[in-house]
Amino acid sequence: MSENVEVKTLVIDGHEVSARRGQTILEVARENNIDIPTLCHLDGLSDVGACRMCLVEIAGNNKLLPACVATVSEGMQVTTSSERLQKHRRTILELLFAERNHVCSVCVANGHCELQSLAQDQGLTHVRLPYRNPDLHVDASHERFTLDHNRCILCTRCVRVCAEIEGAHVWDVMGRGINSMVITDLHEDWGSSSCTRCGKCVQVCPTGALFDKSKIGTSHPKYPDFLPYLNLMREAQ
Amino acid sequence: MSKLKLATVWLDGCSGCHMSFLDMDERLLALAEHVEVVYSPIVDTKEFPDEVDIALVEGAVASVDDEKKIRKIRAHTKLLVAMGDCAVTGNVPSMRNPLGPEAILDRAYIENVSAQPQIPCVVVPQLLRIVRPIHEFVHVDVFLPGCPPSADTFHTALTALVTGQPLDIPALTRFGA
Repeated sequence: MSENVEVKTLVIDGHEVSARRGQTILEVARENNIDIPTLCHLDGLSDVGACRMCLVEIAGNNKLLPACVATVSEGMQVTTSSERLQKHRRTILELLFAERNHVCSVCVANGHCELQSLAQDQGLTHVRLPYRNPDLHVDASHERFTLDHNRCILCTRCVRVCAEIEGAHVWDVMGRGINSMVITDLHEDWGSSSCTRCGKCVQVCPTGALFDKSKIGTSHPKYPDFLPYLNLMREAQ
Repeated sequence: MSKLKLATVWLDGCSGCHMSFLDMDERLLALAEHVEVVYSPIVDTKEFPDEVDIALVEGAVASVDDEKKIRKIRAHTKLLVAMGDCAVTGNVPSMRNPLGPEAILDRAYIENVSAQPQIPCVVVPQLLRIVRPIHEFVHVDVFLPGCPPSADTFHTALTALVTGQPLDIPALTRFGA
C-alpha cells in the first residue's frame, strides 16, 4: 500500500483501528476509547513528549515511543499496556516525586492533582528512590497567583499555554537537566513580569506548582478543559 | 487458634494515624478477636516484645532514637506495615530537610524563646540531618499511604492482613488522602 494513502490501519492492543495520516498514536487510541496515561499532554496544546508517561511499545521496534508525538503508520502494531511499560511509568512517577518536595498532605492541589491521581492509578504506594529534598523558592510576588517550585514537574504546560494560546510567552524554562526551572520573562519576579494576568497557566498546571492565591486550601480544582473550546471558537472565526 | 500479636508504634508523626486507627470504633472489637495488642502508645508495655506478628509504624525516622527503634522493630516483627504518609514518604516531618536541623532548632529553642534560650542536648534524642521514610532504613512489607489513612482503609487493610486475604492498597488510599 502506498504511503500517500490518507487512511492508515493499525492495531492497538489487539484492536484493528483506522486513522488519518499524521495523527498521533495517542489521538487514535483515545478516539477508540483505549486509555494511555499522560501528564504533560493537554488537549488544546502542542505536544512535547516531556514526561514519557505515554510510552508505548511498537512491534519490531526496540525503542519505546511517546504516543503523544509518535504518528501512526500503516500496519503498525501498538501495545499500550504491559509489565515493561507499567514498570517504566511507575519509575517515571517515582523520579518525579523524588526530584522535588511533593508533600501531598499539605499541598494546595491535594485531591485535585494529576501527579497524585496518576500515582494512585499506576498502583504506586511508595517511592523506592531516595528523596532529593532540594531547597527551592516560592515566588508569591504576583498579586493573584503563586509559583511553588517545590511542586513543579517541568511539564511545560504553562510555557505552552502562555505562548500558544495567550500569545504572551511570559513563561519559559531556564537551566538544564536537574537544574531546570520555569521562569517568567528573563527570570524576573512573576509580579513584575509582563504577565497579562489571564490565569491560563494556573488552570493548566497539573500540580500545585501554580495556584490562585484566593483559593488556598485543599478544595482547589482546576479547569483546563476550556482549551479545546477556545481553539475551536478561534478556528471558526 | 491463638491470636496474632499486633504492635503499633509512634515515631516522628502527629499521632493522627493512631487516631484514625481508633476511629474504626466498634469494628475494633471484631478485629480484637483476631489480634492481641502487645505494644502501642495506648497500652502500658514499655519494651518492644521479642516476637510480634504485625507492627503498624506511624511516623518518619527523624532522630537517632527513631532509627534505633525501627531497627529493633524490624528484627522482632514478621510483617511490618508503614502506616501513613510520614512513614511512607517522610511527609510533613521531612519538610525540614532542605533547611537542616540547626535552623529548626534555632527557630524553636532560640529565636522564639525569651527565658533561657538554649538547644536541649540531654535526654531528648539527637535529630538526624535528613528525615527519611522507614523503608530507607529497613525492609517494609506493606505500605499504607494517607494522611491519615481513613478508618475504612485501616479496617479493610487490617482485615485482609489478619485473614490472609489479598489486599489492593491503591484502590483504598493514596498519598495525601
